[in-house]
Amino acid sequence: QKALFCISHAAESAIMVVNSVHWFRKCLRLHDNPALQEALNGADTVRCVYILDPWFAGAANVGINRWRFLLEALEDLDNSLKKLNSRLFVVRGQPTEVFPRLFKEWNVTRLTFEYDPEPYGKERDGAIIKMAQEFGVEAVIRNSHTLYNLDRIIEMNNNSPPLTFKRFQTIVSRLELPRRPLPPITRQQMDKCHTQIGENHDLLYSIPSLEELGFRTEDLSPAVWRGGESEALDRLNKHLDKKVWVANLEHPRVNTCSLYASPTGLSPYLRFGCLSCRVLYYNLRELYMKLRKRCSPPLSLFGQLLWREFFYTAATNNPNFDRMEGNPICVQIPWDQNPEALAKWAEGRTGFPWIDAIMTQLRQEGWIHHLARHAVACFLTRGDLWISWESGMKVFEELLLDADWSVNAGSWMWLSCSAFFQQFFHCYCPVGFGRRTDPSGDYIRRYIPILKDYPNRYIYEPWNAPESLQKAANCVVGVDYPKPMINHAEGSRLNIERMKQVYQQLSHYRGLSLLASVPTIQEEAEPPMTDESQTSSGPGRRRPD
Amino acid sequence: MKRGLQGNEQEDGGGTSGGCQKTLKRSRKQRRENDLEEEGARWECLPQEILLHIFQYLPLLDRAYASQVCRGWNQAFHMPELWRCFEFELNQPASSYLKATHPDLIKQIIKRHSNHLQYVSFKVDSSRESAEAACDILSQLVNCSLKTLGLISTARPSFMELPKSHFISALTVVFVNSKSLSSLKIDDTPVDDPSLKVLVANNSDTLKLLKMSSCPHVSPAGILCVADQCHGLRELALNYHLLSDELLIALSSEKHVHLDHLRIDVVSENPGQQFHTIKKSSWDAMVRHSPKFNLVMYFFLYEDEFGPFFRDEIPVTHLYFGRSVSKDVLGRVGLTCPRLVELVVCANGLRPLDEELIRIAQRCTQLSAIGLGECEVSCSAFVEFVKMCGDRLTQLSIMEEVLVPDHRYGLDDIHWEVSKHLGRVWFPDMMPTW
Repeated sequence: QKALFCISHAAESAIMVVNSVHWFRKCLRLHDNPALQEALNGADTVRCVYILDPWFAGAANVGINRWRFLLEALEDLDNSLKKLNSRLFVVRGQPTEVFPRLFKEWNVTRLTFEYDPEPYGKERDGAIIKMAQEFGVEAVIRNSHTLYNLDRIIEMNNNSPPLTFKRFQTIVSRLELPRRPLPPITRQQMDKCHTQIGENHDLLYSIPSLEELGFRTEDLSPAVWRGGESEALDRLNKHLDKKVWVANLEHPRVNTCSLYASPTGLSPYLRFGCLSCRVLYYNLRELYMKLRKRCSPPLSLFGQLLWREFFYTAATNNPNFDRMEGNPICVQIPWDQNPEALAKWAEGRTGFPWIDAIMTQLRQEGWIHHLARHAVACFLTRGDLWISWESGMKVFEELLLDADWSVNAGSWMWLSCSAFFQQFFHCYCPVGFGRRTDPSGDYIRRYIPILKDYPNRYIYEPWNAPESLQKAANCVVGVDYPKPMINHAEGSRLNIERMKQVYQQLSHYRGLSLLASVPTIQEEAEPPMTDESQTSSGPGRRRPD
Repeated sequence: MKRGLQGNEQEDGGGTSGGCQKTLKRSRKQRRENDLEEEGARWECLPQEILLHIFQYLPLLDRAYASQVCRGWNQAFHMPELWRCFEFELNQPASSYLKATHPDLIKQIIKRHSNHLQYVSFKVDSSRESAEAACDILSQLVNCSLKTLGLISTARPSFMELPKSHFISALTVVFVNSKSLSSLKIDDTPVDDPSLKVLVANNSDTLKLLKMSSCPHVSPAGILCVADQCHGLRELALNYHLLSDELLIALSSEKHVHLDHLRIDVVSENPGQQFHTIKKSSWDAMVRHSPKFNLVMYFFLYEDEFGPFFRDEIPVTHLYFGRSVSKDVLGRVGLTCPRLVELVVCANGLRPLDEELIRIAQRCTQLSAIGLGECEVSCSAFVEFVKMCGDRLTQLSIMEEVLVPDHRYGLDDIHWEVSKHLGRVWFPDMMPTW
């Protein structure tokens, strides 16, 4: 028997059987998936796995909408793979314990996965690659989560990530176009690689349900954002159609409609990788060139994608990116610790209908418009409550479908003026800003139904309505709806002083200008790259001391 | 350690205490023992003045570690010169992320150095205990002759949560004992008129700076007393309700020095609040007396509370509107603020401010800084504005959404136009659209 084993083993090595495992993490799609293509390339067998730790589900800061989205995305993958005579293998456990088992059980020779640029991802993957080496498994990694190679961007900026968006755009404009997206894997490709599906596949490798993860689903309303690649591609088409119809490829001005979840919205799909960012990029580019009959589209066309890229670049080499302490780019601000106030904000009980409606939509649906994010982030941090952006970031991480680690942390730092050299004078008023964004008040009525009978005049500030009106509207402030938790004028006055104190200490600025308190960053002062400009008279002005 | 200094060590015995004699002997012995250690041994013999100079560069914690090295360095650590400035950081773990000054250190300072302290500040978090701790320290500063005192709330003003009498009695200890206070920052505290009288009675000759924004227990009469007696006052910060014609006249009296700057916060407590007016003649008197003074005004009002403001010429130099302000008021600003240097508008609304900005460019010839938040300006008007101001605009902070594209300029080309007129590369401020 031993002899037979030796012979078959020798035979195997001679024939070099390739058993691939493709590991899905983000990039939950079959289109533009270079790592998956590598798994199939010349392989005899292939298995697509997703690793999930159900026990971790309870502990992790992930809310029900995010889990549901993920599970739907996995189902979609499974369905798509079924059509290709394959299946998705959802393996319970953690990668470090799962892989040794699978490597042995399946005789794995090749492991493929998409490159994860986030610091935690790099560390985890480093360990897995090492483990793969020990098992004699070839590890093949391909970049497809970001448009560009982030290390290249960093290299081009004197080996440090750009800290202003303008600088980032300048560098990106000097790069070649992003690599073209690959087509989806085909039936022909899969036919060459066999997937061995056991009879007990559904027993061992099925996708868990929300209940199994410990969630109660009796009162769960249907998902506003359906997870999965199919949905993503469908939305992409609608998104592009809309752009054509509106004939407006410019940055759209926000109106009331924008506040509601859009059937063409794409951000959660980009985050989970159900939609490839390069596919979106090239579709937008081609549409622009077709409509405008011009050469290159401006960078502003890709706004959303570039912001995402910007934060990924800023975060990739900074494991402390998501906290204030020990984070070299984060201003140390003496935020207040106030769990009670934080809870009111997180649960939409601040007494400011604009803020509460936004937080309610966030909790119910998992997405809010970016201006709504600015409003609630400002309110929590530098605008009103003076609570740390880290707390806000964690709430968003739990509830928001498109909260990438890098983008979430980066945006919170940006919005709280903790990094990226932001001016702090523009404070979003929790009454006025809401009223200007949606004068009809319908957004409030939709998400805070108890206020639906308030007239527009008072719906953003119900505490100012005369008592008779409150009673007539069947909603008395202090009884049926909370009183405002803070005096905004007072709070913002105090906070602007605090921010000024912090920044003046930072910039050693002793003057009276509010704007000059924020230090200007050297990188902005660089002369422009194109020859069109005749402006520069040397580096930018230094602010007067 | 500079090697060049070592040659003079043994001669330069002046200032070093007897402790160094012993170390000299020791160092001679060590020199015999090991040539390499020779340089290290001499460190104990650094004259105190040099040690002092070096210690002054060290942050407190490093200095404290250094003081544990030997008796000589420990003595240096306690030299009066190192205890002239101190910032007490009082934070509770439950309410702040920041570390606090160690209570033992505080005790030591009060015991050994309170009479050395001259420039003191207290940074206090939002908890009442921190404010109480600050008052506790203040009450013990009996032997102090402070030049500077700052009470700074880093979050919610916790001094306001203390019983007023408790705070006042602690503060009065400093007022009475210091007698040469030059700079006092007591914003957001329950200071009152009688305590200001005590301040004035003891420090009128020396007081140069007084910051007391949002001190609700002070009345116009209280602050007038300060202006009448403290003729050296150069910097004053207070709330609008304390401002009066009499105060401005007092600050412009012949006996008074030139005022450097006056900061006024105009805050609305309740919607529809009425604000008094200040006569133009009072402002004129101020300008005549102190032609270079800066008037900094921060407005936190509802849109309809601006009635009394910007009707007559006012010498404001730095203007901040912390809440939304109407187009009409911004139009009046252009007409009434010829000395304007900086204008920062948090929000206005959705009607373009084209005319108002052009007027400001025309009339406010000193304007060098402008910041626009949630406003709207057409791209053409904005380019016109920048053209008129030219390169005197050193600070131009415009949120991207403010600029409305029109037939002449789109968003992608406006920054080239603006950069051209400014003489430097410029882009609007951006917010993540994610």
